[in-house]
Amino acid sequence: MATVRIPSPLRKYTGGQAKITVPGATVGEVVQNLVQTYPGMQSRLQDDAGEIKRFINIFVNENEIRSLQGADSPVAETDEISIVPAMAGGK
Amino acid sequence: MTYVSVQRLLAEAKKEINEISVHQLKDALTRVEDLVLIDIRELDEWEQGSLDEAFFLPRGNLEFGIENIVMERDTPIALMCAGGVRSIFAAKSLQDMGYTNVASVAGGFNGWKNAGYPFSVPRSLTAEQRSRYARHTIMPEVGEAGQLKLLDAKVLLIGAGGLGSPAAIYLAAAGVGTIGLVDFDVVDTSNLQRQIIHRLDAVGKPKVQSAADTIARLNPDVRVVGHQTQITSENAFDLIEQYDIVLNGSDNFPTRYLVNDACVLLGKPLVDASIFRFDGSVTVYDTAAGSPCYRCQYPDPPPPGDVPSCAEGGVLGVLPGIIGSLQAVEAIKLIVGIGTPLTGRVLQYDALEAEFREFRIHKNPDCPVCGEHPTVTQLIDYQEFCGIPHPNGNVPEPAL
Ligand SMILES: [Zn+2]
Repeated sequence: MATVRIPSPLRKYTGGQAKITVPGATVGEVVQNLVQTYPGMQSRLQDDAGEIKRFINIFVNENEIRSLQGADSPVAETDEISIVPAMAGGK
Repeated sequence: MTYVSVQRLLAEAKKEINEISVHQLKDALTRVEDLVLIDIRELDEWEQGSLDEAFFLPRGNLEFGIENIVMERDTPIALMCAGGVRSIFAAKSLQDMGYTNVASVAGGFNGWKNAGYPFSVPRSLTAEQRSRYARHTIMPEVGEAGQLKLLDAKVLLIGAGGLGSPAAIYLAAAGVGTIGLVDFDVVDTSNLQRQIIHRLDAVGKPKVQSAADTIARLNPDVRVVGHQTQITSENAFDLIEQYDIVLNGSDNFPTRYLVNDACVLLGKPLVDASIFRFDGSVTVYDTAAGSPCYRCQYPDPPPPGDVPSCAEGGVLGVLPGIIGSLQAVEAIKLIVGIGTPLTGRVLQYDALEAEFREFRIHKNPDCPVCGEHPTVTQLIDYQEFCGIPHPNGNVPEPAL
């Protein structure tokens, strides 16, 4: 199963876990399984149509999924998926 | 023990090395593409004037420094001193090191000058600056030329807060000659946990004033320009236009989109960073050099309320110290022109896990500001823009 890295603001929905293994053959499936296991994540990651929000980057290893095949990007057992929301903080 | 006179030594050396006249040098400089001319005179001589083409490497440092300038042993090298004597011994020494294509310029710089050939008085550091920046200039990647670039550079910092504090302090210490600071805030006690450019006695003072005071005590070479105002679509062009590089340390999305668009439209590199709680992120957007921009990475901002600010979510005080310092590093690299810039890549730091990770970001051909058919061609009122839910149905939600 691929490993999903949870950014610190979202760890309250995963009981503080930073890395979770989640089943799924595509990024879309992994995200779906993730939000099913941790329902608090759903409104953080997906819009009402179930799409990944556009201010959240999802990377398979080092590549952003929009440069791959979006939610259909394939995910291998050894892949690492990172969720990186836009942050505004600077002060 | 036998004694050898300098005349004898010179005569011996002359037999082994190749000499060229100043006229041959003049010709070779235009004809021989990879010719490396080295001025081996002392600093006080070089300061009086030298050739623009010449590297400055005094005789005393020649053997130690030559490999930083010339790697290949068969590169053509011309050595110049004042009258053409020291350069004979220098050429002999380089030949002994295995350099096979070395020439001494007969007549030296004086001969060149007397022939009426062009030279200029090189700009150089003052004695004080030479001592202050010695740890920079000793590195061949920076050198005096790089330090002079830093002194000439103009960097604008958006925000004199968490990220702006360490960035401003390190850029000032590095001798960046002009540092602009945009911040309308005053120093508050709650800032002192991370905004290290401000001190307790500055509480209540404008941040730009407090930061200027700290920098003045650190380095008199730096001119600080305080812009005690909020950056808006009205003033963004005027502000950014005056600078070479922008560092983003703002604390809200409208400003981030505004600064991105202004930098894209003006062709200025933007060293962007953000922090939240225990996470930090830094990247360089330089669309004039073909890199993606902030909108390529994040096409839409989150609706207001969807993402909390540091004031609501908190931030580890030292985190901006790490990320703001990385911004200063990237700015210095861009100014001096060394290394590989952090463009098309995002460096992400997770303090809790003690991990740095690097992600690739790509230019979006449909990007509204830097794409093939841009629709954003002037600055728009981002406060409103950020308040409009995306057509696909994003609605403001409570904080994370
Ligand atoms: Zn773009």
